[in-house]
Amino acid sequence: MQYALSIFLSGISLGGQYALIAIGYTLVYGILRLINFAHGDVFMVAGLMMVYLSTALPLWLALPLMLVLTVALGFAIERAAYKPLRSAPRMSVMISAIGVSYLLQNLATYITGGLPKSYPELPFLSDSVVIGGVSTKWVTIVTPFLVIALVFALTQLINHTKVGMAMRAVAKDFETSQLMGIKINSVISMTFVIGSFLAGVGSMLYFSNYPSIVPLSGALPGLRAFVAAVFGGIGSVPGAVVGAFIIGMSESVIKGSPFSIFSDAFTFALLIVILVVKPTGLFGEKVTDKV
Amino acid sequence: MLRIDDLRVNYGGIEAVKGITFEVPEGKIVTLIGANGAGKSTTLRSIAGLVKPASGRIHLQAEDITALAPDRIVSKGITLVPEGRHVFPDLTVVENLKIGAYLRKDDLSHDLEWVYSLFPRLKERSWQAAGTLSGGEQQMLAVGRALMSRPKLMMMDEPSLGLAPLVVKDIFSIIRKINEQGVTILLIEQNANMALHIADLAYVLETGRITIKGTGKELLSNEAVKKAYLG
Ligand SMILES: Nc1ncnc2c1ncn2[C@@H]1O[C@H](COP(=O)(O)OP(=O)(O)OP(=O)(O)O)[C@@H](O)[C@H]1O
Ligand SMILES: [Mg+2]
Repeated sequence: MQYALSIFLSGISLGGQYALIAIGYTLVYGILRLINFAHGDVFMVAGLMMVYLSTALPLWLALPLMLVLTVALGFAIERAAYKPLRSAPRMSVMISAIGVSYLLQNLATYITGGLPKSYPELPFLSDSVVIGGVSTKWVTIVTPFLVIALVFALTQLINHTKVGMAMRAVAKDFETSQLMGIKINSVISMTFVIGSFLAGVGSMLYFSNYPSIVPLSGALPGLRAFVAAVFGGIGSVPGAVVGAFIIGMSESVIKGSPFSIFSDAFTFALLIVILVVKPTGLFGEKVTDKV
Repeated sequence: MLRIDDLRVNYGGIEAVKGITFEVPEGKIVTLIGANGAGKSTTLRSIAGLVKPASGRIHLQAEDITALAPDRIVSKGITLVPEGRHVFPDLTVVENLKIGAYLRKDDLSHDLEWVYSLFPRLKERSWQAAGTLSGGEQQMLAVGRALMSRPKLMMMDEPSLGLAPLVVKDIFSIIRKINEQGVTILLIEQNANMALHIADLAYVLETGRITIKGTGKELLSNEAVKKAYLG
């Protein structure tokens, strides 16, 4: 029973952390039809920035500064690497994204010297707690609630504000959106800002659970979050969240079984099954005209 | 009000508009007729800022608006109802109307009432996703959406396309009503007969050039126009 509870707890917290990354993939895909391969690395850089900022600054300052810098990084990547390619074939933009991904990883290796950096202990999040006889960190408990609150805020933004309406319009039709007076570049930047912010929060939660961080630390969580986004139906925010919780939960279950070594293989097998049975994912659009 | 001077537009190597000059006087209904591929849509799209002209100037009153970004053009009071309606299918009818007023910060309730009075059908369906409307209703929505920006000049690209004759009549009488409210109209039509009947001024565009110009009445009785466009 305790065993099941501990699997469940780690599953939902992992799922929540993947969800925060997956939303970044799905928002950007929804609007640009671009798989932003650099997103997992932005998540890693957010973690590293926290490492360095926390050695120089008090945590109450380091944390918001990390979020601001992560947002700035996402914004800058879009402006420098994707915006100039707005009318280029989608393949070019994708290659640019892969380039940015490697650039961030290489920069991280250069700065860290390739050595693992230990993530700062965040008061509260890193403290231990015992519930139902299971000992875990507070971050495990906090994650699902924080994720639900953030996702709620995001859906309110998308469905009930002018900016959100513009985001939905631009996602459907660039040209007609322009005819409405919408600056599509601002709306696109907005999605990168939101995605990077959530990745920043996600990195704080995720790395609080792990002792250290290396330049490749963004790759696997990024990939799993991407799988979650595809699983849920890429382009859909609820889809990404549900997909992430499913992926997180199944990873946790497999990691607790004798087959733990196969957890990533299982994740991808699940993805393949879903794509065969329902190519648009759980919550995917019916018409995938642009794909 | 709007003056186009020697406008040329290329797509890659193709010259779609080959140096056209025309004027849209304030408060009038002006129509541009021509066969498929004559360059009508291209002309409107370059006025709206969606395509950059290769050369030529576009003036709104005294101001040069050539190659301004589309949002700047909208803010100057020019709106385009695009060919094929292009409503936002996932947005509700009322959201589509509100997004038409995207650049406005003032109260929209009067304008919404006005649009609903022109198109009562839209009011009944205001909470429906626009994608579920019929073709005619979508066209009404596209027109209503354009009106929400409070335009001085409304450009319409084939508003009657694919609509039943009765609905076409409705649309044309609405165009008149809108014009009576002081909105200048630049209308593109395949349906030359209807268009010429409501137009104060008309131009015939043939493969990128303006070949005939006159009042709507004049063109209706012009032999060449009769033969080519009035069947
Ligand atoms: N995006 C584009 N790329 C290349 N060529 C284009 C593009 N858009 C239009 N053209 C070409 O420019 C010419 C004029 O097209 P345009 O759409 O302006 O014609 P039109 O008068 O509106 O025709 P229709 O009555 O069929 O709508 C055509 O020969 C068309 O093939
Ligand atoms: Mg056309």
